[in-house]
Amino acid sequence: MSRLSEQLAGGQFVVTAEIAPPKGTNLAPALAEVGKFAGITAVNVTDNQGANMRLSSLALAAQLQQAGTETILQLTCRDRNRMALQSDLLGAAAFGIENLLLLSGDHSKFGDHPDARPVFDLDSVQLLDMTAGLMAGFDMVGNPLNGVPSFFPGAAVNPAAEPFELIFQKVSKKVDSGARFFQTQSIFDRDSLEHFMTAMKPLKVPVLAGVLLIRSAKMARFLNENIPGVQVPDPLVYRLDRAADPMAEGIAIARETVAWARELCHGVHLMTLGHEDKIPAILA
Amino acid sequence: MIISELKPLEELQQALAEFDKLFLVGCAACATACKSGGEEEVFKLQEWLAEQDKDVTGSVVIDEACHIMRAARDLRHHKNAVQDADALVVLACGSGIQSISSNIEKRVVGGLNSTFLGNVRRFGHYEEMCSLCGDCILNETAGICPVTTCAKGLLNGPCGGMEDGHCEIDPDIECAWRLIYERLQSQNRQGVFARRVPPKNWSRRRKPGRYILKNGGR
Repeated sequence: MSRLSEQLAGGQFVVTAEIAPPKGTNLAPALAEVGKFAGITAVNVTDNQGANMRLSSLALAAQLQQAGTETILQLTCRDRNRMALQSDLLGAAAFGIENLLLLSGDHSKFGDHPDARPVFDLDSVQLLDMTAGLMAGFDMVGNPLNGVPSFFPGAAVNPAAEPFELIFQKVSKKVDSGARFFQTQSIFDRDSLEHFMTAMKPLKVPVLAGVLLIRSAKMARFLNENIPGVQVPDPLVYRLDRAADPMAEGIAIARETVAWARELCHGVHLMTLGHEDKIPAILA
Repeated sequence: MIISELKPLEELQQALAEFDKLFLVGCAACATACKSGGEEEVFKLQEWLAEQDKDVTGSVVIDEACHIMRAARDLRHHKNAVQDADALVVLACGSGIQSISSNIEKRVVGGLNSTFLGNVRRFGHYEEMCSLCGDCILNETAGICPVTTCAKGLLNGPCGGMEDGHCEIDPDIECAWRLIYERLQSQNRQGVFARRVPPKNWSRRRKPGRYILKNGGR
């Protein structure tokens, strides 16, 4: 059992963070980050995040795992068909990776290879179903596996997206398909988070609220224009714009979100994008 | 219909560089309707070729260029002009171009790029609604195809990129899953939301497609 699954089962408030593989083969900076993740339950390893081509998330997660850092392997449907997804999942299991975040993936249009053919052979619900099948000892077509993986599969959700019922029917499907935890998109609004958590209650699946460290108003505007599913509200952009020390203001905003999560959720997922040294301040 | 558009003229110029005498072929079906390969476009191409110092030996607009036999017949009717030419320039979709290239030994230069199977919203405005996947789910999705109109072709609901009910790849495009959801609601039924949709059977769309009517279509 992964530490993440144990802590969530034990009702502990869980903190996860994330790290992006390098563009290239130099893993030293990523592995050096590990020290900054002290006190964090598990680290998400992003998969060609924002549709930008990078070293494989599986390769970095395997290295981190061997160095003693528990990981959450992110796996998207954008770059792999159903065969590649299954074989990567079996490969992940061979490296001792248990926690998964199974995603559709941002469209290739947003990244550095906009001419790539996006795959989307499966969607995130089907990917969860397939993972459950592997855990039961069978591949997607029913062939038995020699050696069965043990995973703790998670999924993503944007609690603020509308129409809510439409979002929620997909969340329910993900739970039916074996999602054991959720990590949310960046949260900026307490009311929509509370509404979501109320709806989630009967499903009994833990939710880690996404907390994004926004360093400046400029970054907020960039996110609003370029990152699907992220909309920093105007009042927050204004706060960052006006702040004498925008980084300190960004940390303050993140702390407020962490406080909502402590009240409403089962943990937080911190997205600090290279500023992992700020994690203690965000959690303080 | 099949939507097609004229290739960039520089590309066409390069493709035609080694030829002096050309025979032009258009198509009276889709390429005429979307104004890429009808009488008018064939004429415009002829004028442009004249500016490039090329001789046009003749031209024909075939009823349906995708009909291999009909294309062969129409080319036979213009036998001399075709024989005089160094190459044929075809303003038709990729199917039409290949009807011609499979009927003749001469070099065939395609003048169009074929883009999608399009519905006509209004004149000159085309939208892709079907991607010919061979495994139709429309009866469950209130007649709106997520395979085509969702940018990711998702089958179990919207992705995390939906913003204000619009698509992450283009805020002008409404999220297919939002539209499916709303129409199913107005029809008072659950439709596709009643089940987890399994992965698509892409073997139904194995390339190249072949289809033969039973009893020869009688």
